[in-house]
Amino acid sequence: MANKATAQPLSVKFLAISFLMFWLVLAAFPFIWTLWGSFKVEGDFFSKANWANALFGGLTQKETGGSFTGDGYYGAFVEEEFWRAALNSFIVCFFVVTISLTFGTLGGYALSRSTHRYAFWFLLFALIFRAMPPITLVSGYLLPFYEYNLWGRLSTTIIVLVAINQPFTLWMLHAFFKNIPKDLDESAMVDGCTRFQAFRHVIIPVMWPGVITTGLFSFLLAYNDFAVTSMLLSKDNQTMVPKLASFLGTTQTKGNVMFAVAAVVSITAPLFVMVMVFQRQIVSGLTAGAVKG
Amino acid sequence: MNVFKIATLGTATAVLMGTTAMADGHACAITDGRVNIVGNEFPAIQSVAAAALACASGVDAEANLTADHQKINLAGMSGNPAEYTSAVVANSSIVALINEDVVRPLDDLVAMYGADIPSHQLITIDGQVMAVAFMANAQHLVYRSDVLAQVGMDVPTSYEGVLEAAEAIRAAGIMDNPVGGAYAAGWNLAEEFVNMYLGTGGDFFETGTANVSINNEDGVEALEMMKALTAYMNPDYLTHDSNATSSEWEAGNVALMNMWGSRTGVLMDDEGAEMAVYSNTVAGGPLTVGDSGNAASSLWWDGWTVAKNISDESAAATFQAMAYATSPALLNDETMSQAVWLMNGFEAQPVNEGVLATVAAGASPYPMLPFMGLLHTAAGDNIADFLQGNESAEQALADIEAAYTAAATEQGFLQ
Amino acid sequence: MKHSTFFWFVLPSAFLMLLFIALPVASVVTQSMYTAHEQVLVTVENCGPFGCKPVTSIDQEATKALNADKPLGKWAGLDIYKDRNHLAFSEVGSAWVNADGLPDFGKTLMNLPFYKAMAFTLTYTFIVTPLTIIFGFFIAVAVNSVAKALKGPTIFLTLLPFIVTPLVGSLIIFWMVDARGILGTGLQWLANNPDLSVKASTPLMWIMLMFYGIWHAAPFAFVVFYAGLQTVNSESLEAAMIDGANRWERIRYVVIPHLFPLVTFVALIQLMDNFRVFEPIVSFSAQAHATSLSYAIFNDLGGETRLLSSAAATSVLTIIGIAILLSPVLIRTYRDFSKPS
Repeated sequence: MANKATAQPLSVKFLAISFLMFWLVLAAFPFIWTLWGSFKVEGDFFSKANWANALFGGLTQKETGGSFTGDGYYGAFVEEEFWRAALNSFIVCFFVVTISLTFGTLGGYALSRSTHRYAFWFLLFALIFRAMPPITLVSGYLLPFYEYNLWGRLSTTIIVLVAINQPFTLWMLHAFFKNIPKDLDESAMVDGCTRFQAFRHVIIPVMWPGVITTGLFSFLLAYNDFAVTSMLLSKDNQTMVPKLASFLGTTQTKGNVMFAVAAVVSITAPLFVMVMVFQRQIVSGLTAGAVKG
Repeated sequence: MNVFKIATLGTATAVLMGTTAMADGHACAITDGRVNIVGNEFPAIQSVAAAALACASGVDAEANLTADHQKINLAGMSGNPAEYTSAVVANSSIVALINEDVVRPLDDLVAMYGADIPSHQLITIDGQVMAVAFMANAQHLVYRSDVLAQVGMDVPTSYEGVLEAAEAIRAAGIMDNPVGGAYAAGWNLAEEFVNMYLGTGGDFFETGTANVSINNEDGVEALEMMKALTAYMNPDYLTHDSNATSSEWEAGNVALMNMWGSRTGVLMDDEGAEMAVYSNTVAGGPLTVGDSGNAASSLWWDGWTVAKNISDESAAATFQAMAYATSPALLNDETMSQAVWLMNGFEAQPVNEGVLATVAAGASPYPMLPFMGLLHTAAGDNIADFLQGNESAEQALADIEAAYTAAATEQGFLQ
Repeated sequence: MKHSTFFWFVLPSAFLMLLFIALPVASVVTQSMYTAHEQVLVTVENCGPFGCKPVTSIDQEATKALNADKPLGKWAGLDIYKDRNHLAFSEVGSAWVNADGLPDFGKTLMNLPFYKAMAFTLTYTFIVTPLTIIFGFFIAVAVNSVAKALKGPTIFLTLLPFIVTPLVGSLIIFWMVDARGILGTGLQWLANNPDLSVKASTPLMWIMLMFYGIWHAAPFAFVVFYAGLQTVNSESLEAAMIDGANRWERIRYVVIPHLFPLVTFVALIQLMDNFRVFEPIVSFSAQAHATSLSYAIFNDLGGETRLLSSAAATSVLTIIGIAILLSPVLIRTYRDFSKPS
């Protein structure tokens, strides 16, 4: 990369760096503020008297005797068993990502290889379906789910999340597969493979970058979902986000709000690990695929 | 309205009754059926649900308490058999269940298992018991005694008095915005309007019909008073729900506000506020508006219902478990201050005085009409424009009426 | 590809989407054309802890007979679409006739819930979408020039606004911009106006919502563009340089055309998501200042009495709105699709 075309004069570099610094402060500041505040009491973190309380924590000192308190984390994880929600989130995300990608790669591959008009209409309808506000979809599910005793289960929620995110997955994977040269699988078929065998032996080995990037987005959608999980899961099966919302509730109980703040910080930690592990794949994945739209 | 006096005075008998019920094991001999409770999520309901589950421990029992309860209870009770055997509702939300006919009359169950339930807890519609109430709530004045003493004012009993006191506090330089209130656009704001309109003595509907009639002098008076109050509120008042208003109070920024009785407990405890704030927080009575003499507040109850589409065994099991959970047996040191309980044996705590005073002042219950929810939503959407000075009171009222009429037509209440 | 092979490959996806999206969409469209039956009202005595009172109630027996006859409700055709809480044809018509000039007509229009919601939704969509794309692009360019060792942490920090759940992300920012929060105080200091409050002013509330929208979505655009930048052909860049193109010209004529297909993808997703803006309005308690179609649906479904047909009609209007919004992008995609790749 260190060639003349990409080398930058100092002024441009300076501009780029200062813009980046500005953006990073913008992006990370609320989170760092939350991280710091999660070790305070509610009266300080959400101070109506003076924002500086969140920095120095006068009430934290008065109520707990120290400048920092782990009460939020203790309450969330020990009293309210937030770890159970974390476990549920893990199950939901694992299956949503696996099923989404399995169905999505099959569909996306077919869509990228079909030259017929109906493939376009299929993609178009998938997109228009995605336009439906999730809140309407979910309230439509309630009646049949209760009727057939499907409500409240993790499996139901997993299938619904897969279905709702399928249009996005299909669009993205379709773009990736378009970028894998047709000659690859077609020559395999000339050699006598069926379409599925060609897919299995030729395409699967080269599709991982695209699949991993799409998987990351599927993961984030499932991980962060509130509209579906809050309405379709029973108390025991709640994932992290609805559990977190229940700490806030309609009537905020004192102290519980800080459970939510501690939970927000906790939710982000696994994502940090994930980005660190997958950062190279995220980028190389898109490199190989979506670039050509 | 001597219900509460009975409640307070009858402690001894009730405790006795509670213990007998426990002693002969009659209350919780549930062996058949299924219990599943859906309801909102706050401490008093959590206590009730926990007691009901403990009582029904012999059978399949669950509770689903969530802020989204109103979105799922109807669907969860429509199936056959219904997922939820009991929904915990308030007088505003029970109508949605009755409208769709998913809750059953309880007369036979009351006769069989509910002999101990005092009659004031029974909610009857057209002679049929439809629900059993267990707690009451209302909005009333909360004030800072130290601040009022500083400006040498008596505790206001009317909104006009509140304006006067607020002006004095502001003039004395103690607080910039001494008045608080849950004026967040939407449900909260509409609730304030309903209270204020009840205070003017107006009727929401033409008697016996679903035709709305709020675009009148009473409606204008209610709106004008609300606007006058907002002049003394934090400029962000349209985003302040009861949570935000409470934290304003705890920060010591507010000296007078109309607040839910159920929220005063946290304002008076020593968490989250300076001592000068919490030790001087006092629950007053309801306020009046204008010269009608009516309390500008509405009375609320929370109660439980039993689903229609369930087996008789499940209905009996649910009834027994819920009746036990809302009997004097529930009351102990921890639960006593969680709410204004309606069962015998409840001892009023200082935090509950506001609600009791509101009941004593003869405030009206929140209208339990099938179409009241539609008006509430319409009001919540259209009052903010007036308060922000974008339109006249008459225009705001006309907008509410038009929005309500369109919704009520869709629901078949109007043609 | 053969029809049958195509069929088997897309079957799992198609089946799921049919069952969980297409079917509900169909039922929503149907629902939007029916209203409840005429309710038979009676006056009954109602007793409770606060005494007895005669109230109006629904005659269940009479209403049940009607429902059993036609369980879907009363056929209303497009009546709900035309009523005051949606497209409000007759109100708009009479406003047009009676209006005292265009500004007065505009004012009447903004007093109708649908048009008020559309005003904010469209402003939001058309400001946030391009700014998200531009911002995401510049972040991608900037991150691309960072030293390799720092790239990982930079990417993580950049992704934070996208991955912190919106439910809480907006709640925390809401507290920070309060007049006494750190950002609110900062703004007052900047504007040199101690009474400035974001939450009290409609224009500032709109700006804050849009700011939040860009902040939340910029990382999504960033990830896509950043990846695209990795594949810009350095040979074509060098060739452009030899031809005497300056830095800006190289970006303009080499990098941007290369990224263009990605811009289409991001624009498609962002237009759709921004048109359905909902969560920030609720989290910021902004409904007094700004509403959207999704908020209207939420409001219909979240009231004490749920307005199913009204919510269904608004949902259909949302889909139609998005279809119109996306049509230029879709036509482009259609042309691309017809081209052999």
